[in-house]
Amino acid sequence: MGLKRNVSLKDALRYQGNGPMLTYILHRIGGLGIVTFVGMHILASFVGGDIGSSINLIYEHWAFQIVIFFCALFHVINGLRIVILDLWPKLIEHQREAIWIEWAVFLPIYGMAALVIVRTALGG
Amino acid sequence: MAAKHRTLSLAKRGFDFEIFMWLFTRLSALAMYLCALIGLVGALIMGARTQVNPADLIRWTFMPNSNHVLMNTTLNNIANSDAWASLFWKFMGSTFIAFAVSHGLHGLLSVIEDYLRNRMVRRILRIVGLVLTLTMIAIGIYVLWTA
Repeated sequence: MGLKRNVSLKDALRYQGNGPMLTYILHRIGGLGIVTFVGMHILASFVGGDIGSSINLIYEHWAFQIVIFFCALFHVINGLRIVILDLWPKLIEHQREAIWIEWAVFLPIYGMAALVIVRTALGG
Repeated sequence: MAAKHRTLSLAKRGFDFEIFMWLFTRLSALAMYLCALIGLVGALIMGARTQVNPADLIRWTFMPNSNHVLMNTTLNNIANSDAWASLFWKFMGSTFIAFAVSHGLHGLLSVIEDYLRNRMVRRILRIVGLVLTLTMIAIGIYVLWTA
């Protein structure tokens, strides 16, 4: 088994990966969130009826939408950075700057959308 | 310090299934950006600027399914509802689903495999993943064409 790793959870949490590590973790979490949502959405439309609409209620809830929009938007923007850096490897020298640009794009868009979601939820 | 580039040519690196899926993940992502862009531009050409609210436009951009625009009761002013449900958008949506499901479930599998040590379990999970991918693509396309 080539996969044996003896890293305890405590060591793992102490690992100072900083910005790139954070994007790696959020990309994984975001991907899992999208798979969950899209899977639910497709199955809800397929099943239909009472079960379908009760699944609808879950992902139409504003709390779910705030989380899933974070997942989707981060995965989309970070994914574009990964594709560009991987397909043009010479750009990897600028990866720190690329991550800063990524946050500069992500934060305003997500902030606005979250504001709209919360305002709609409060306004009814 | 100027780091020397350590890139290997594809011939030296070898081209196995893992490399293929690594490349597929990147290329399917690019394809999905293209699908979304075509959906967005197409919606604007069909009159989305005045007929569709931004939230529905975003839903349409993520998946060009006419229900994403036409089911909303506040939007009875859609002039050309046939155009939104045309064959072109059905094929575009099917392409999108195929890329999204294969990209997504392969991603799910590679996340899970990072935490699995047992080689046998990983092999079984790969087969389950392949079956699940094909099933979900079929279900998604069925929903898209019948709904």
